[in-house]
Amino acid sequence: MANYFVPATSIVYAISLALYVWYLYAPRIAVGYGATLCLAAGLALHYLALLQRSRMIHAVPYDDLAGSLSLFAWLLAATYLALELWHRQRTVGAFVLPVVLAVFLIAHRAAGSPVTPAPAKGPIFAFHVTLNILAYAAFALSFVTSLIYLMQNRLLRGRKLGAIGWRFPALDVLERVSRSSVGVGLVSLAIGVCLGFVWAHRLFGGYWHGDWKVFVTLVILAAYLAYWVLSRTGTWRGARASRLCVANFLLVIFSYSIVNLYLSRFHRFF
Amino acid sequence: MELVLIGLNHRTATVELRERVAFSAEQARTAASQLRERGILEETLVLSTCNRSELYGVPPEEAGNSVADLEGFLASFHQLPLHELNQNLYRHRDREVVRHLYRVAGGLDSMLLGEAEILGQVREAYRAALDCGATGPVLNRVFQGALEVGKRVRAETDIGTRPMSVAFAGVKLAERIFGSLKDHRALILGAGEVSEQVVDHLGDRGIAALRMANRTPERAKELARRVGAEVVAWEHLDRALDWPDMIVTSVASPEAVLTRAMLAQAMEARGNRALFVIDLGVPRNVEAGASELYNLYLYNIDDLREIVEQNKKARQAEVPRAEAIIEEHVEKFFVWRAGVDTNEVLKSLRERLTEEREIFLRERLAATPHLGEAERAQMSALLDDFLNRVLLDPAERLRGERELRRKLQNLEALRDLFRLDQRKP
Repeated sequence: MANYFVPATSIVYAISLALYVWYLYAPRIAVGYGATLCLAAGLALHYLALLQRSRMIHAVPYDDLAGSLSLFAWLLAATYLALELWHRQRTVGAFVLPVVLAVFLIAHRAAGSPVTPAPAKGPIFAFHVTLNILAYAAFALSFVTSLIYLMQNRLLRGRKLGAIGWRFPALDVLERVSRSSVGVGLVSLAIGVCLGFVWAHRLFGGYWHGDWKVFVTLVILAAYLAYWVLSRTGTWRGARASRLCVANFLLVIFSYSIVNLYLSRFHRFF
Repeated sequence: MELVLIGLNHRTATVELRERVAFSAEQARTAASQLRERGILEETLVLSTCNRSELYGVPPEEAGNSVADLEGFLASFHQLPLHELNQNLYRHRDREVVRHLYRVAGGLDSMLLGEAEILGQVREAYRAALDCGATGPVLNRVFQGALEVGKRVRAETDIGTRPMSVAFAGVKLAERIFGSLKDHRALILGAGEVSEQVVDHLGDRGIAALRMANRTPERAKELARRVGAEVVAWEHLDRALDWPDMIVTSVASPEAVLTRAMLAQAMEARGNRALFVIDLGVPRNVEAGASELYNLYLYNIDDLREIVEQNKKARQAEVPRAEAIIEEHVEKFFVWRAGVDTNEVLKSLRERLTEEREIFLRERLAATPHLGEAERAQMSALLDDFLNRVLLDPAERLRGERELRRKLQNLEALRDLFRLDQRKP
């Protein structure tokens, strides 16, 4: 059975991306609203696509790489939409939507191989996985805003703002969005990891099994905690903290790809 | 329903002449009222700013040379010789009137391309004319369109976004760093003219707190009193540097007023929170090496001038997009007017044919005295039915015509062939 929500979601996300880029170039109010509405519609369709896929494979979305990536893209889009509405700042959309769309497309291109459901089930396990993916989505958002910060900082220091520099959000706003995303990510990851330990104890009778995934996740937690603390200190505040945030996200990508696929023993795709 | 406009602006007239032809609010009301009383215009609106004086109007249908009447009125109202005024005036009719007004509202006809003030002035002039009943359906439509154009041009193009003065560029740059200035503080060193402009802009953008320091304390006190700032003693300057998020300096001094060491110390004291320094002094007031300090953004007068130059070019590049919006709305207005025209023309045509039917019946029935009242009434009703049937299809086609040019041509043909305009009193 074909999942028609996948192409529909791709099209709506692509339209939303086009509108965000258009908005960045020519900030028309109607275009901005259109971009946001398309993103909201894309989120709804994306949700239905996840639901449909879960029904088709009789597994939760995070049981395989495709579902896990797709859920990541959905949470990233949802987190971004919430922050856009909170900060009333649309210019970042043109940079977040390509990530959402790319991850979504990769996820659904990768889908196909049969899924073996994970041995673990239940609400604690579901929260463990979902909160960890939410954390990664929030870190992805902070990565994008940190990148924009570095670009804007470079333009300002070079004294050549050009067309784009006048449209980027202020450095202060970018710094705050980045910090708040990391805050959301840290809380989600901390709770997610704790729930993971609880589940591991239930499943194997112990908390620690020397899995690479757990180790790398704890390193990520420590790295973002370091960012959280350092970004408020005189030496690190500003561009240095943004560079640290970008570097931290490389760890997230490492965990999500190499560790998930080749190093982890019982963490599969999340 | 023809539109006319005469006026002069910064391009066609000297400031002396513009001053003599300017209208105060009271004069604008009087002029609008006189123009209608004298039968020169049916609807009228006076737009007068420091750079332009313009009379917009809709003359009565039977009016002859309404533009000449307007010129005469303008000359007599301001007691100027007509020949002196004539060579500085521009005159527009119909489509050009609408296009001109939309360009004015969009800031394309302003001395400073894309300036925002003009839209407020157009709104104010329209409100004043509306309040005194000087406008009618046509001018209401044109001016409501102009306000929409003004808003769209500013929202959808960059023509008004980028700062065009050194002072405003500095403040806008501060917003690129801090976002809203409502939680930030500024220290002003020196009390030069550009500094004053910066202070005014900072006030407009809601800066949280201002402090000033000047070698001559009296001048600083005077400016500080005007803008509600605190005065800092010049001797305590080095201690005052960790307080602001933004420093604007324009001091006449042969050597640097703010050294790298002073600013490094200030940055350390403020925990490296971003500091924006605008150096308007010539020679420069801030040691060049200070720009290397972490989280310190230093712009001198040349940097700001270069930004203003880039912005001027960028605004110029936005003109075609603004023109496209204007053309869209000009077309929209004429579509609306053609719709109004269609109803008027069809109404006139029906009246004309009804009159012809009366004459025809009178003539024919006079020759047939043997017909009774009932037969005459039946013939009259039959002719009514026939008229309705003949007019139904062309009326529907005319109303449904989507191509504006063709619609206007058809309306013109009807007016011409049935001599509809000549029927009007």
